[in-house]
Amino acid sequence: MWTLLKIELFKIFRRPRTYIAFAAIAAIIILIQLAFYSDGESFLQFGMQSLKDSFDINGKILSGYLVCFIILQTLLIHVPLLIALVAGDSIAGEANMGTLRLLLTKPVSRAQFMLAKFFATLIYTFLLLLFMSVLSLPVSISVFGTSDLIIMKSEMIVILDRHDILWRYFAAFGFAAIAMTTVASLAFLLSVFAENSIGPIVTTMSIVILFTILTTMDIPLFNALKPFLFTNHMLNWKGFFEEPVNYYGIFKSGLVLLGHILFFVSLAIFIFKRKDILS
Amino acid sequence: MKHKGVVLFFLFVPFFLFAQNETELIKKIKSKLDQVNDYQASGMLKIDVSFIKAPNSVIKVYYKKPDKFTIKKEGGISILPKGGFGANLNSIFITDKYTIVPAGETTLNNVKVKIIKLLPLEENSNVVITTLYIDEKELLVKKSVITTKENGTYQIELAYGKYSNWGLPDTVVFVFNIKEYKLPKGVTVEYESGDKKSKINPDENKKGKVEISYSNYIINKGIPDSFFGK
Amino acid sequence: MPAIINVRNLSKQFGEISAVNGLSFSVEKGEVYGFLGQNGAGKSTTIRMLLTLIQPTGGTIEILGLNLQKHRREILQQVGAIIEKPDVYKYLTAMENLRLFAAMSGVKISDKNFAEQLEMVGLTERSHSKVKTFSQGMKQRLGIAISLIHNPQLIILDEPTNGLDPQGIADVRNLILHLSKDLGKTIFVSSHLLNEIEQVADSMLIIDKGKKMAEGKVAELFSPTDTIVELETGDNAGAVQKIMQSSWKSILDKSDADKIVLKLNKNEIPLFARYLVEADIDIVSLTGRRSLEDYFLTLTTSNQHVDAFKN
Repeated sequence: MWTLLKIELFKIFRRPRTYIAFAAIAAIIILIQLAFYSDGESFLQFGMQSLKDSFDINGKILSGYLVCFIILQTLLIHVPLLIALVAGDSIAGEANMGTLRLLLTKPVSRAQFMLAKFFATLIYTFLLLLFMSVLSLPVSISVFGTSDLIIMKSEMIVILDRHDILWRYFAAFGFAAIAMTTVASLAFLLSVFAENSIGPIVTTMSIVILFTILTTMDIPLFNALKPFLFTNHMLNWKGFFEEPVNYYGIFKSGLVLLGHILFFVSLAIFIFKRKDILS
Repeated sequence: MKHKGVVLFFLFVPFFLFAQNETELIKKIKSKLDQVNDYQASGMLKIDVSFIKAPNSVIKVYYKKPDKFTIKKEGGISILPKGGFGANLNSIFITDKYTIVPAGETTLNNVKVKIIKLLPLEENSNVVITTLYIDEKELLVKKSVITTKENGTYQIELAYGKYSNWGLPDTVVFVFNIKEYKLPKGVTVEYESGDKKSKINPDENKKGKVEISYSNYIINKGIPDSFFGK
Repeated sequence: MPAIINVRNLSKQFGEISAVNGLSFSVEKGEVYGFLGQNGAGKSTTIRMLLTLIQPTGGTIEILGLNLQKHRREILQQVGAIIEKPDVYKYLTAMENLRLFAAMSGVKISDKNFAEQLEMVGLTERSHSKVKTFSQGMKQRLGIAISLIHNPQLIILDEPTNGLDPQGIADVRNLILHLSKDLGKTIFVSSHLLNEIEQVADSMLIIDKGKKMAEGKVAELFSPTDTIVELETGDNAGAVQKIMQSSWKSILDKSDADKIVLKLNKNEIPLFARYLVEADIDIVSLTGRRSLEDYFLTLTTSNQHVDAFKN
């Protein structure tokens, strides 16, 4: 299994396409940091307009913690699409290249083969998030410094003491890893059905975008659906930035996401084991 | 007739004396507060507003006569109701231009206090009326209720300790009106737990409370004007 | 000799279509076994079933004396395969591809072996080039190296000469013979190019529409009792007239200005030659031409039963 995993990781990281996601993330993060560096204050004044009607807010609002929060908020909508790029290619890419038929004539069980592929995708996802976390948190802190973090929710404003923030980011990135793995496992499942990676990538993206739209629209009809959408639960990394932290809610969301992962991967393996390889 | 006049005199004198007492009292308090040209103090700021969750913060408060007042949280963010907080009593007495109206007495925390209303004479003053609850013996304002044109009515309660000689409180509690706060969910992109009940009871929305506990006043050591710039 | 491959009643149904229907055959150890059929006859489906890429609908497959379903891993450690064109990872080098697939075969292979393997297929100089720069022939050779790197007992080749130039085809042919005769490997090779198979195979199986049409030693199948004879005379029309009036008229198949085609039992050819001389028919050429191709075409386009070809 370890040999298979090493082989899969080798294949992923020797492929130029893999690095597109890293480049895209780096570009987005650096652009956001640059934007805030040059014009962050006025952006924040505008954003806090409604609050400033009733309150005087003093102190350093623009801090590395805030920039990192905004980066996370932006990226965790878009990173799923980059995850799909590699995960959707897992099986379909091999079929398209014609290598799948040769791989499956090796003395390796299909279940092991699938698990190795999935774990390799998982490692890629984690590395992508690690890259994102290093670029967004330490770099933002070094450029913008630290301060309390002010988070504006729809019905609440939360201010977190600057000494009480770092651990929340570690927890949030950990939760984000589970969230991104959910997307990866969906793309992985869809990859089993196709002989070209475009299909699973686009389908995964479409599902994520559709569910994200349903998740973010504040319409009563959709609100009833939200607890059943995995994209809604993916947002609960923000739960670590509440006071007090709703550990039960986050745990529940985590379980829902883990349940999705287990379901998607199990189904993928089940189907793949019975699939006739015609590519 | 002469008796009537004497009786009337003795009837009205107390009134005049009474009115003069209030003016004197206010003058005495003002001059007590005037001792303080500037101060800086450490404090603990607690916010109790329904839609704000903020930690209790260690702050530094700075005041300079006549009306410069600022609160700084070292390396952090402080959030205070608009209207200059009003915790600084001294600003109430900035102008001499008000009418003093006695309004009786009452008891606050087992202490007898005199109620005095101040009516600003200026037409364009934001303050409509200020009601002061004064401990005559200690020459300390225990409570102040201020009605403004723009921000409604707010209330300040003060408790004193070792700095009472300066008229500087240990604790100030400020109760004020707040507007409803709401942002569209499409903008904030939040997790929807599916709980139908809003966490905020709309009836509780109307008033907020801010409390500062002071310690370590450094009085009249000089503070440059630049300190009070943003 | 023990059978390396033993297939009994193998079937595969894709919906309504019967791709393979009740196929049975055996491959002996050390032989080159040709697997023939037109395109779409069911060859690839059969091979994919042998390699567990496709699940059979019915029947059993035994390889190396073990049931394929139950002993898949042990069996596949001893099998090397090329299925259609050998697709490898174009963004990796030849050596990287070889190492990658070797690692999956569960066999420890030394660096020397890798080098030897690439040398055997003539890719030493290009071992560190990315495969995307390779020609079709080079990719085929790399595919062969990959199928052999773990020293398997059984090698399954599905259309190994597809897309190769004549030199490439000759190389593959020589390789098959070397692997079989010199190294004792068992080779199961499929093709629709019969002239290639007839040059290397010891035994063969011909299928059409998923069913067995013929099976046996090539030497035996190659010379069935009926032979096609092509006769060229000084006067073909006159010769035809004479034959039509003789007792040989039933063997006449067709004729044109260039040649006369006759079908007769191979034992009768000397007798017929004597008749031509006695009938004063000038013989320009008399050729018995019963190649495997004709045999194959006959089998797969006519409805002749396999028994007709038994001696």
